[in-house]
Amino acid sequence: MAAERLASTEGGGMTVEIHARASRCAPPWRGSAVVLTIGLVAWWLLPDQMGLYTRIAYTALFVVSLDLVVGVAGMPTLGHAAMFGLGAYAAGLFALRVHADPTTGLLVGTVAGAAMAAASGAFVLRYRGFTFLMLTIAVAQIAASLLIRGRAWTGGDDGLTGFAPAPLFRLFAFDLEGRTAALYGLGALVIGLYVARRVVDSPFGLAVRGIHENRARMAALGIPVIPRLLAMYALAGGLAGAAGAISAQTNSIVGIDSLSFSWSAEALVMLILGGAGRLHGAIVGAIAFTVLHHTASSINPYHWLFVIGGALMLVVLFPPKRLWIRLRDRFRPFGSGARTSTSEAR
Amino acid sequence: MRVVANVLVDGLAYGMVLFVIAAGLSVTLGLMRFVNLSHGAFAMIGGYGAVVLTRDARCSFWLAMLAASTATGVVGAVLEALVLRHLYRRGELDQVLFTLGLTFFLIATTNALAGPQVQLIELPPRLAQPVDLGFRTLPAQRLLVLACGVVVALATAWVVTRARFGIWLRAAVDHPEMAAALGIPIRLVQNASFAVGAALAGLGGILGAELMPLEPYYALKYLVLVLVVVSVGGMGSLLGSLVASLMLGIVETASKYVASEWGSLFFFLAMALLLAWRPNGLLRPRAAA
Repeated sequence: MAAERLASTEGGGMTVEIHARASRCAPPWRGSAVVLTIGLVAWWLLPDQMGLYTRIAYTALFVVSLDLVVGVAGMPTLGHAAMFGLGAYAAGLFALRVHADPTTGLLVGTVAGAAMAAASGAFVLRYRGFTFLMLTIAVAQIAASLLIRGRAWTGGDDGLTGFAPAPLFRLFAFDLEGRTAALYGLGALVIGLYVARRVVDSPFGLAVRGIHENRARMAALGIPVIPRLLAMYALAGGLAGAAGAISAQTNSIVGIDSLSFSWSAEALVMLILGGAGRLHGAIVGAIAFTVLHHTASSINPYHWLFVIGGALMLVVLFPPKRLWIRLRDRFRPFGSGARTSTSEAR
Repeated sequence: MRVVANVLVDGLAYGMVLFVIAAGLSVTLGLMRFVNLSHGAFAMIGGYGAVVLTRDARCSFWLAMLAASTATGVVGAVLEALVLRHLYRRGELDQVLFTLGLTFFLIATTNALAGPQVQLIELPPRLAQPVDLGFRTLPAQRLLVLACGVVVALATAWVVTRARFGIWLRAAVDHPEMAAALGIPIRLVQNASFAVGAALAGLGGILGAELMPLEPYYALKYLVLVLVVVSVGGMGSLLGSLVASLMLGIVETASKYVASEWGSLFFFLAMALLLAWRPNGLLRPRAAA
C-alpha cells in the first residue's frame, strides 16, 4: 500500500513545483501578515466570541504543525495529539509548580512537545505507511496511560486544574472575556506560521519535500533521510506542544482527551478539508471545522456528529477541487483549464 | 496459578471476540486494499440489532444472533454496492475520510434512535448460568464465544485458502481485469466478501457485548483495538489476526487483573513491540516488505 502511495506522489510532482515557485516569489511573511490582519479585524468585530476565537487560534497552530508531518513530510499520523497533550501538561504543570509566567510556560510546552516528538520519532520513523500510522497511535495511547497513572501530578482522569497564567509580559492580565488570551493565541499562531513557512521554504524543507516525493532518490543524492525526517518531526512536535501550551493556559484546565485518538483524527480531518501541504490550507480547515463544531454542538452534541459525518462523506464523494475545476472548465472551455484538470483531478 | 488460568480463559474469550470482529477488516484491508474505518460501526449495528430483537421483539437469543448478523451483512452489502465500491480506486485518505464520516453518522443515528446509555443483550438462561471448570466458574456465554471464535477461524481459513470462492477473491484482488476476462464475477466476489466481513463484525459485536459494552461511541472506541489486531497480525493474514488477537487479548486481560491502574498501557506497549519486531505482520518474515 505504501509503495502505491509512493508511486502516486511522483505523478503529483508538478503541483509541488508550482507551489515552490509561487512561494519563492511571495515573501515568507505574507501568509502570517494575512492571518494577522484578518485576526485583528475579527478580534475587533467579534468581541463576544473570544473563547471560540482562542480555540481556533491554537487549533490552527496544531493543524499547521500536523501539516508539516503529513503534508510536507508525507507521513500520515494519527498520534499527533501526543505532542499537543504533552505540551499542554508541561505548560500546566509548570504554571502550577514552578512559575505562572505564560511566555516561559509556552517555551516549556514547546520544548516538551519537541522532546516527545524526537524521542518517539527515533523509534517510529524507522517504519513507514500503515505501520507508522499504527505506531503513532500506540505512542499517543501509551503517553495517555502514563499520564493517567501519574495521578498525583497530573490529576488523572479528572484533568489538571488549579493554575492560572500570570499577566502576559507582566503587563496584560488575562481577563474574563478572554480578549488577552485571544490576542496571545493569535500572536503564537502568526509566529508559528512564519516559522513553519521559513522552514518549508528552506533547503532543509526542500530536502524533506524531496523525501516525500521520492525517498530512494533523495537517499541516492546523499541526503540522510531519517535524520531529516526526525528533525522535521521534532519541529512539528514543538509547534504542536506550543499549541497545547496555549490551550492549557487559556482554558486553565488540561484533560486527558488532549492526547486522545479522536483529537488526532479531528486534526487530520481539518487538514484534509483545508488541503494538505500548503500550510494556509491547515488554517482554513481549522477555522471551518472549529466554527462548524461550535455552531452544531451548541444545538446538540450529537448533531455535531451528523454534521461532520455528512460533511466528510460529501467532501469525499464530491471533492471541492474537482467541482471547482469543473466549474472553471465550464465557463472557460479553452486555455489552461484542460491541462490542470488532468494533472490535479487524479 | 489460579490467576494464570483465569487470565488465560478470559483473555482467550476476549481475544476471540477481537478476532471475530477483526477477520472481516483483515480481508477488506489486506486483500481488497480498502481502508474501512466503519468496521467498528458494523459490529455496533450487529450488537444493537440483537438488543432490539431480544429485548423489544422478544425473539430467542439464537434467532436474534443469526438475524442480526445477517442484517449487518445485508447493510454491508448495500453500502458496498451503492457507495463504497466507487472508493476502491481512490486514495487511502479518501477511504479513511469517508468511512470515518460514515462512522460519525452512524454514531449519531444510534444515539438518536436508542439514546446514549449502555444496552444489554438478554441472554437465555442456559447461557447466563455459570459453568464449573474445576478451578473457577465461568458464564456459559464465554464458552459460546470461544466456540464461535474457533468455528469462524476454521471456516474463514478454509474459505480463503481452499474453497473456490477464496481463489476467486485472491484473483479478483491481484488482477481484476484478468480475473474478469477469465469469467470470475468480480463484483459478486467483492460484494460477497464485504458482506461476510460485515456479518462477522456484527456477530463479534453480539458475542462481545458482555466484554465491550454497547453504547453509541462503541464504533469509535473499539475501532482502534481492531485496527491494532489487524496491523499486528499482518493485513490479509487471517491466521496472523487470530494469533495477534489472542496474544493481545491475553495481554489486555492480564493487565486488567494484575495492573489495572496502568490502563491500556501494556496493550499498546505489546502492540508497539510486536509491530517493531514484525512490521509486516506476526507470521511474515521481515524481509518480505
